[in-house]
Amino acid sequence: MRALIDVAMSKPTLIYVPADSAALALGADALVEAIAAEARRLGKPIKIVRTGSRGMHWLEPLVEIATKKGRIGYGPVGVADVGGLFVADWLGGGKHALCIGQVEEHPFLRRQDRWTFARCGIVDPLSWSDFIEHGGGRGLAWARANGAAATLAAVTASGLRGRGGAGFPAGIKWRTVHDTSADIKYVVCNADEGDSGTFADRMLMEGDPLALLEGMAICALAVGARKGFIYIRSEYPRAITVLEGALVLAKQQGLLSECEIELRIGAGAYVCGEETALLESLEGKRGQVRAKPPLPAHRGLFGKPTVVNNVLTLATVPAILTRGAEAYAALGSGKSRGTIPIQLAGNVRHAGLYEVPFGISLRELIDDVGAGTASGRPVRAVQVGGPLGAYFPCDLFDTAIDYEAFAAREGLVGHGGVVVFDDSVDMSRQARFAMEFCAAESCGKCTPCRVGSVRGMEVIDKIVSGRDVDENLVLLEDLCNTLRLGSLCALGGFVPFPVLSAVRHFPQDFRRS
Amino acid sequence: MSWDKEKAALIIEAHRHLDGPALPVLRALHEAFGYLPEEATLQVAEALNLSRAEIHGVISFYHDFRREPAGRTRLKLCRAEACQAMGSDALADEVSQKLAVGWHGTTRDGRVTLEPVFCLGLCSVAPAALVGTELVGRADWPRLQQALAKCEH
Repeated sequence: MRALIDVAMSKPTLIYVPADSAALALGADALVEAIAAEARRLGKPIKIVRTGSRGMHWLEPLVEIATKKGRIGYGPVGVADVGGLFVADWLGGGKHALCIGQVEEHPFLRRQDRWTFARCGIVDPLSWSDFIEHGGGRGLAWARANGAAATLAAVTASGLRGRGGAGFPAGIKWRTVHDTSADIKYVVCNADEGDSGTFADRMLMEGDPLALLEGMAICALAVGARKGFIYIRSEYPRAITVLEGALVLAKQQGLLSECEIELRIGAGAYVCGEETALLESLEGKRGQVRAKPPLPAHRGLFGKPTVVNNVLTLATVPAILTRGAEAYAALGSGKSRGTIPIQLAGNVRHAGLYEVPFGISLRELIDDVGAGTASGRPVRAVQVGGPLGAYFPCDLFDTAIDYEAFAAREGLVGHGGVVVFDDSVDMSRQARFAMEFCAAESCGKCTPCRVGSVRGMEVIDKIVSGRDVDENLVLLEDLCNTLRLGSLCALGGFVPFPVLSAVRHFPQDFRRS
Repeated sequence: MSWDKEKAALIIEAHRHLDGPALPVLRALHEAFGYLPEEATLQVAEALNLSRAEIHGVISFYHDFRREPAGRTRLKLCRAEACQAMGSDALADEVSQKLAVGWHGTTRDGRVTLEPVFCLGLCSVAPAALVGTELVGRADWPRLQQALAKCEH
């Protein structure tokens, strides 16, 4: 992927074009061909570098030109714009309707505090020199110099909690694996990012995969593991390709001398994002949830002590060791320390990735950062935390992004996805979908989830058709309690969040007839 | 491609050294043949020294695995919430009507198989689709048609 196209020999202008899936889905590859062809025709020497995305997805494909004034951005650029951009002297940072000025100065980026995503969108993800120039490798060097005990202490002191959704303190999990004696231990990266509205893992793996591999190497060193697996979903073909390249590069450069890392691809099962189902899947079985205890930290993959962490948890560790655990812990609110990469999605004007300290309110995210809906209609609801997250109405938008603040309002921060809906949404339909999704994706092991989700759809259908509405609403609530208390894992256990929040906050949608 | 026992044996052999080889083996076979017929269950079970029931259980658990060949291009439309917020349900109805197929169905000419997918990680450029290997953001019927045409070249 490095330095794809050289058009002439003399001092080429560097042009950065993302090869992130979001940019590719909006025509970035065709754009690169058009830029190269036009430069060739005009005899302008250019060199195109493919990067990850900055996270300003409404501007994708966002093209950046290296000028004396820094990287100047143009976006969203279509193939039809290319001729005019050359005429406007974009290679010299010339004025044009699509010009957004210096990219680093854009308010969307300036207001962020990027730790996990510091390099994403800036570097060529498969360039070792870019990685090193932008601080890569320093976290692992710190861990190698200071040893396992100091690394465990730093991760604990940073307050880092699992970014997959459960928010379990990473330091405690790592220490448990470290303290459990066994001949073999494993580090498993959960890259089965199946929640709708989330794409941070994908962006990180496509834009800065070496950060993840460095984090896994640090974890292996800290807990005494020699083998790691990345379990990535098959729905992420681009991320798989980039990771394959990154693994070869990391091995060549000695980033993985502590542990060997293998990439494993899922086969389309949402429940495999649940850590014990993921382990079953890695062992080659149906992705069925295991009862806990034993915890994976004691008996995980192939019965051995295993750290299972989300992509973002692992990828943040190098930055924590480099910039200091105290500095990370100083950010955030309450017990949610550090930063969270928030993903703004669905019906929102400025959709994308926004990494800030915990504590930002939903209102600021949706109104200021997101600039309202894409459709221009009023916002009616947001769903935070994926398909198992609660729907919040506008009058709860003062809720801060903080694990405990969301829990207090019967919601989830989850993996940090915020999906915005405008006033055309029918919340009874969303509640039914939550049950339908649970039924389709249930692993089938426990009865509340396997059967309860199907019964849930039926009850909601009755309510929507106006049959014994009051009685059926009571029944639905009762069913949700059974799911919540009786399910083995978060799939059945959390599906009451979207269902009951929809009923509670949008009762009129359930009493139409 | 129809099932080829010798080719399948080579693929199985290339992956059987892995820890927990069943899923990588089945994925590789699925990629090569486009589906996993009953012969696959038998052959994989025998090669990995597992029961037919175990391999059948694995194949039937995962949505990616097909038991019969798909059309020439697989069109996966995202049905999850972020895409719903941008009108994916209406788009799905339109696509289904234009292609005259339902979910998991293949067009009469064998060109396209329409499949649901729950999230492609393109929630910021919804509605999203994957047409063959081509990602499509802000999908509508004309853009999907373009992507389909591109896949056939």
